[in-house]
Amino acid sequence: MLTIENLDIGYRSGRATTVVASGIDEELHEGELVCLLGPNGAGKSTLMRTVAGMQEPLGGRVLIDGEDIHAMAARDRAKRLAVVLTERVDGGLLTSHALVGLGRYPHTNWSGRLTEADHDVVSACIARVGAEELEHRYVGDLSDGERQRIMMARALAQEPRMMILDEITAYLDLPRRVETMRLLRRLARDTRQAILISTHDLDLALRAADRVWLLPKGGHLRTGAPEDLVLDGSFEAAFASEGVDFDPERGAFQVHRTTAGVVELEGDGLVRHWTARALEREGLGVWDGEGERPGIRIAITGPSDDAGGGWDLHVGEDVTRHSSIHALAARIRSRTGGT
Amino acid sequence: MTSAALDAAHQATASHAPRDWRTSLRPVIFVALAAAVFGVFVLELAIGAVNIPVGDVIAFLFGGTTEVPAWATILRELRLPRAFTAVMGGAALGAAGLQLQTLFRNPLAGPWALGITAGAQFGVALVVATGSVVGSNLLADLAFVSDLGIVVGAFLGAGAVTAAIAAVSRRVSTITLLVLGLMLGFFAQGMVSVVLHFTTETQGRVFASWNDGSFAGVQWTDFPVLVPFVVIGLVAALATVKPLNALLLGERYAATLGVPVERARMIALVGSVVLAAPVTAYCGPVLFIGLIVPHLARGIMNTSDHRVLMPAAILMGALLGLSADLVVHLPWERHFLHLNAVNALIGAPVVIAVVLRNRQMRTLAV
Repeated sequence: MLTIENLDIGYRSGRATTVVASGIDEELHEGELVCLLGPNGAGKSTLMRTVAGMQEPLGGRVLIDGEDIHAMAARDRAKRLAVVLTERVDGGLLTSHALVGLGRYPHTNWSGRLTEADHDVVSACIARVGAEELEHRYVGDLSDGERQRIMMARALAQEPRMMILDEITAYLDLPRRVETMRLLRRLARDTRQAILISTHDLDLALRAADRVWLLPKGGHLRTGAPEDLVLDGSFEAAFASEGVDFDPERGAFQVHRTTAGVVELEGDGLVRHWTARALEREGLGVWDGEGERPGIRIAITGPSDDAGGGWDLHVGEDVTRHSSIHALAARIRSRTGGT
Repeated sequence: MTSAALDAAHQATASHAPRDWRTSLRPVIFVALAAAVFGVFVLELAIGAVNIPVGDVIAFLFGGTTEVPAWATILRELRLPRAFTAVMGGAALGAAGLQLQTLFRNPLAGPWALGITAGAQFGVALVVATGSVVGSNLLADLAFVSDLGIVVGAFLGAGAVTAAIAAVSRRVSTITLLVLGLMLGFFAQGMVSVVLHFTTETQGRVFASWNDGSFAGVQWTDFPVLVPFVVIGLVAALATVKPLNALLLGERYAATLGVPVERARMIALVGSVVLAAPVTAYCGPVLFIGLIVPHLARGIMNTSDHRVLMPAAILMGALLGLSADLVVHLPWERHFLHLNAVNALIGAPVVIAVVLRNRQMRTLAV
């Protein structure tokens, strides 16, 4: 549906030309949810804007159903491609219904009057994003998350072939983000639209996207199912220069490096998992049973709320019992702090 | 628990109810506004140094005769052109203010903020200072504002500022544009002081009386110039309600909705000058109306939808223009209030009340 042909992106200022990425050949298909990921400054926004027709490419073309979107009349483009931006919209004294009605812009007459059919489309789009209870409220009264949903309904009201959403989860808390991604997946399936989003939310993108476009610095776009890109090391390579490590097992950035050595951890289940996480924060990895047995051993003796339960920290002959991970970590800190 | 539930239910109805009755009330509000404009129009004609009975005024308006023949002359030659000027001036400034506030997404925008007014002042100051047309006989003539030199000066000054702004408008953001307009305005006002420094006392007085702003003094012979501008400007304003609505989302969103943003911006800019410049030329700088009227229209109609707001702003502008002039017009012995003083005294408290009363407008969102 959307075809990118040998696209060079970047910007011109005066006579100077800055190329951000070049030679991009890519396709987007009906009903597909694609996440654009990449480190800051790699040119995600430039790519999004160029694909959305908001910025001229330096070379190459972007075609939607075979037509060049940069050569298209703005109104025709708006009928095929809808955009949701990061910027906060004030909305003033407009109700959600009236704001979503602005999405009918390319379909209405000179005065922008909505017909009955237009009103039906507007209400249906509001229902599609699950915002029926917001329909007659003023946009100025909505929370960020609610407003974001209304802006998505407005994009839907254009009845486009594809939607482009830039960093839409940026201002949302975690439950709203998960909800938004779920909603986007459903929209892609139900409306058969192609949806392209850019996000910093690696974890969510890896779980929700049908495909990932990965744009590292230097501008060679890699694409594939998220799992393919994890397995072939593209993620690690893309983010390597950023000073953070991508953990291919978890599909997330590693916040802490395990540099202070390893410890032996006895125990299992959830308690073991979260104990390991706390150790990681202290720079300690968990011994995998191979190689030399480490000098520190932690035995989980039961959930912390049980009487007598806790964490036994064995350092040589020295054993201390701790009733919470907090206390355990504090003890470890006080020991490793000196080294 | 119960009281919380009741509270929530109350809030729910409170947020839904206003929309329902206000929306259905809109036609009524429009009729009431139009009726108020007509009512104040008649009062404006009836009240003055010579009071004319309302019955005679209405009879005159519908082609009849007045009890005293001299009344018909007063109405035809003095009060009618003045009242029409107040209607046109108020409507034009109100519509221009609404266009500019939406375009700049700034509740303080208006013909004054863009430097249009100051440009006109500078033009007039130049004409007054250099023109041989200005003499003591002109000063004696109360209708000095209709002097062609002053009108041309005001037009050229306003036009020059607008041209400068329009020239850069394609290359800079609207916020930058607003700053440029303000700075050009201050610069022009500074130049006005410089120019006035070199004028005689008589010339200074001519400028000062134009600069006070007044709907009086415009004559029928001025209408062939004034009316076409205002009509064209108002039609353009009404014809561009759709892009103005899209611009509520900001220029970037508007572009993605298919609005040719640069063209829409140019139309709104030029349109507001076509409305504001001739009014300023003939009436002097009439302040506040362009700033106040859009807020009043939003407050009454409780929407940002320009399909409702633009006609409301035009009616509201006419009403405010007439009302302010009526106050000026009241038989105050020799001393009379200046139009701009009345505008400020009526307008400022009303806007404060509207803005504080309305939750959305307290954030000063356009």
